Amino acid sequence: MPKIIVEVMPKADLLDPAGKAVANALQRKGHAEISNVRIGKRIELHYASTPTDAEVEAAKQIAADFLSNGVIEDVISVTVEN
Amino acid sequence: MAKIVSTVDTTKNAKKTPEKEQPWKELGLKQEEYDRIKVILGRRPTSAELAMYSVMWSEHCSYKSSKIYLRQFGEKVTPEMTKNLMVGMGENAGVVDIGEGWAVTFKVESHNHPSYIEPFQGAATGVGGIVRDILTMGARPIAIMDQLRFGAVSNPDTARVVNGVVSGISFYGNCLGLPNIGGETVFDKVYQGNPLVNALSVGALRHEDLKLAKASNPGDLVILFGARTGADGIGGVSVLASETFDADGPSRRPAVQVGDPFAEKVLIECCLELYAAKVVAGIQDLGGAGLSCATSELASNGQAGMRVQLKEVLLRDESLTPEEILMSESQERMMAIVPKKDLKAFTAIVNKYEVEFSVLGEVIREPRLYINWGKEEIVNVPPRSVAHDGPVYERPVSYPVWQDSLNNNSVKNANLKRSNEASDLAEELVQIISSPNQASKSWITDQYDHYVGGNTALAMPDDSGMVRVSEETGLGVAIATDANGRYCQLDPYNGAKLALAEAYRNVASSGAVPVAVTNCLNFGSPENPEVMWQFKQATAGLADGCLELGIPVTGGNVSFYNQTGDIAIHPTPVVGVLGVIDDVARRIPSGWQDAGNNIYLLGITRDELDGSVWSEVIHDHLGGKPPVVDLAAEKALAELLQGASLQGLLASTHDLSEGGLAQTLVESTLRFGMGARIWLNEITERDRVDLTAALFSESTARVIVSVGREDDVKFVGLCEARGIPVLRIGVTDASGQLEIQDLATWSIEELKATHGATIPEFFG
Amino acid sequence: MKIGVVTFPGTLDDRDAQRAVRIAGGEVVSLWHADANLHSVDAVVLPGGFSFGDYLRCGAIAAQAPVMESIIDAANGGMPVLGICNGFQVLVESHLLPGGLIRNENQHFICRDQKLIVENVDTPWTNGFKLGQEITIPLKNGEGGYIADDETLKRLEGDGLIAFRYSEVNPNGSVNNIAGLRNERGNVVGLMPHPEHAVEPGFGPDTPLAMRSGIDGLTFFTSVLNQVVNS
Repeated sequence: MPKIIVEVMPKADLLDPAGKAVANALQRKGHAEISNVRIGKRIELHYASTPTDAEVEAAKQIAADFLSNGVIEDVISVTVEN
Repeated sequence: MAKIVSTVDTTKNAKKTPEKEQPWKELGLKQEEYDRIKVILGRRPTSAELAMYSVMWSEHCSYKSSKIYLRQFGEKVTPEMTKNLMVGMGENAGVVDIGEGWAVTFKVESHNHPSYIEPFQGAATGVGGIVRDILTMGARPIAIMDQLRFGAVSNPDTARVVNGVVSGISFYGNCLGLPNIGGETVFDKVYQGNPLVNALSVGALRHEDLKLAKASNPGDLVILFGARTGADGIGGVSVLASETFDADGPSRRPAVQVGDPFAEKVLIECCLELYAAKVVAGIQDLGGAGLSCATSELASNGQAGMRVQLKEVLLRDESLTPEEILMSESQERMMAIVPKKDLKAFTAIVNKYEVEFSVLGEVIREPRLYINWGKEEIVNVPPRSVAHDGPVYERPVSYPVWQDSLNNNSVKNANLKRSNEASDLAEELVQIISSPNQASKSWITDQYDHYVGGNTALAMPDDSGMVRVSEETGLGVAIATDANGRYCQLDPYNGAKLALAEAYRNVASSGAVPVAVTNCLNFGSPENPEVMWQFKQATAGLADGCLELGIPVTGGNVSFYNQTGDIAIHPTPVVGVLGVIDDVARRIPSGWQDAGNNIYLLGITRDELDGSVWSEVIHDHLGGKPPVVDLAAEKALAELLQGASLQGLLASTHDLSEGGLAQTLVESTLRFGMGARIWLNEITERDRVDLTAALFSESTARVIVSVGREDDVKFVGLCEARGIPVLRIGVTDASGQLEIQDLATWSIEELKATHGATIPEFFG
Repeated sequence: MKIGVVTFPGTLDDRDAQRAVRIAGGEVVSLWHADANLHSVDAVVLPGGFSFGDYLRCGAIAAQAPVMESIIDAANGGMPVLGICNGFQVLVESHLLPGGLIRNENQHFICRDQKLIVENVDTPWTNGFKLGQEITIPLKNGEGGYIADDETLKRLEGDGLIAFRYSEVNPNGSVNNIAGLRNERGNVVGLMPHPEHAVEPGFGPDTPLAMRSGIDGLTFFTSVLNQVVNS
């Protein structure tokens, strides 16, 4: 099934409490080689057929306006996967 | 956001380059304020000093427009009122002695503008901030409440704000492990672009554990601990609190703060263990204005100084400039003043909690704050000039041009239709109890944990929240908050008194004795003389009211600039009253629980419908004068409830306020699902009012109580002896319905569905 | 009788669980997440809260704590272990109980007085109840929707491993109205609702008799004390 994959991450200069908690847990488990963790979201939009250019543009708009909150998050990528 | 400077501006450099252009205007300072900084320092400020002064002299931090009015809360008092006050206004929160060696501290604070921009994080960090204020006093936070005002339910943006704010409070508060025991939710189009998100927290401490935010012993260490410092809300305080939103939205989008309730929960437990180990000489939380505020306030309060090395601050983002570090509002941070000999014990405790810390410097005798960035001195200021001796303004005040016409447009003068037909009145009752402001708020409150801690004795939908403080004796506190923006728009002086009266009555209705007051004063722009008049009136009303009731204001918060374009919100002074109860087992339920009890109305009903819910819901009208405030009657009523409760005569008490008797009857029925039969004819006869007034008037100093048959004579005798007007208006029964004779009968299921459906319909 | 109550960073209901143990007549031992020593307790309660912020997945980071290694060993040896809410999630993440807990169906945190049916009384934590008894205790969670694959569900139902089911209202979309589970041996019980919030008159759920007078949760704690005394 054709999909558009949207990846959303917390803004780089904002606190990511979940990432911080996981990073600390990894430190406790002895993984000193991992210096930081950030946790984002992967969102799949499913299509019946390969999305047209217009549909990809629309998906980008949806990603920016609805799937992410521009105040605290960035859309990292919007990619088509067939 | 553009960085203020790219190279470090030292004090030496500032002396050498007196004519350098500085962005004081962009930082919200006025020309005369900038000039004053230059006089204080004898040179131009460095960019770091400019950052500090600008944020600390902002309206939000300095209270420069409100200070002259807030003074009266400390002046209009008697020695009797303040005898139990351990800490009064000016500290992070007031502290009240409640007996048995216990004290409580409580405060409300606003987080209005951030909650409009990013409702979830804005509301969440609002909770986090007020809880840290309470923690700072040496107390364990024991409960929270929230006072919310949103735009019209039908406006599409309201759902965004409501869902974000409620989720944010739920997320942060629940994760902190603090029971949410009550609050308010009001919808009105005047709050559309300016929602009000106020949060209250209460904490308990033993007298000897009281902590103050001061650094007074030279040689003590200055330690920053908790979360790392990042680019959170830089300049947020001054930019957000000093600018009004443009008609088309927020004027700038500053970096918002992201809250981490888990980090705060750990910080709470860590601080309490530090206090117990007695290794902290002074403590301050980092909120608005971050390090600028904490360093200058601690030093100023301790009449001492400080040397701080800013390079020691643990950073989340290494690219932060010194100015940004000073202004950062990263959450979940605290600053402790620790004697050198206690550093080892301090370190052991924070390590146990895996809380990071760094020693920034030490306290010095000279009352001067020196901050270095490596070898370079970037701040050299008298801390008092930053923290406490900011500008004070007596802003112009003018009586609003529209005030008289608003007051003349009363329910009577506007000829609002009022029916005496049973079917019309019954229909109006249904419209009122299902209107957004009067409908059940359980969709919201069910998202909050009110059980955690195991000490919650009352919570929503009861009239006030109540928590046990001492597990040994049952000693506890009750808190209620109120504000009615419509009343305040009609008359800010009496509107503020009415808010006080209602919160006072709610606390008394729970069986507790009201002892102290806090407030959160939400207004439009202080630069508008009409808003300033409203502020002047409201603060005078509140101070006079407190003096009349004999309970002191222990602290508060002011939020100005709640306006979009020229349109300000209704003045909304949220008033919180704290009560003490010797044993929470004695608390009085707000609903009927047993069949066969008599229902009494205490107090007099007048034809007071101006500004009422009836005028709003049925006629979309606002005008006239709010109900008469009679604080002597409120006091007498509270004393009667206290006496009757001590004798165990009251099966339930519910106050009458917005929506009048009709609303109270429905809520009393729905609390436990116990029915009743009510008659109104004696009210209409005795008080010479029509049925509309009997049902919907919002006359003050009234409650309904239910009393077991065996206690009737005693109870009525008590009322008569104290001169409290008392009228039997009904009987509870297990009929499963509420019958108002000669009007209508509803099944409880039907009322529950009607009362409960509205909020989920819009937001669920 | 010594009952250990575990505190992870972010645990919230530990003091409530301690109070419940005391009211039931037991001796409380506080267990700290970083300390693998169980201090010779006879039973363990994993209380509710948001351990490690519930970041990543609820209970996932707590399940890795040193104290959990000891608790898993002790549980496999037959020690009674009760996981409440976040404690249930920790048990699931520790594989002491099967399945998983996901976001509530309505996407909101929910706090309510919840009716449950006791489905199994052959455990140290439920032996004081009658089979089929209806009890009311508070429920408060954001991620309490129980899920498991079909095979697991069949086994849970077939082997009588459902300890509690939601009655009247399924608050979070749990499959088969499952509110709580036991392991095969019966010593490990986990549930989403909070018995420790219904142990003291005045601070529990409302009952038809009086406001906040419900103490149905106390039986969990008296059950385990009786069991431990008798064994």
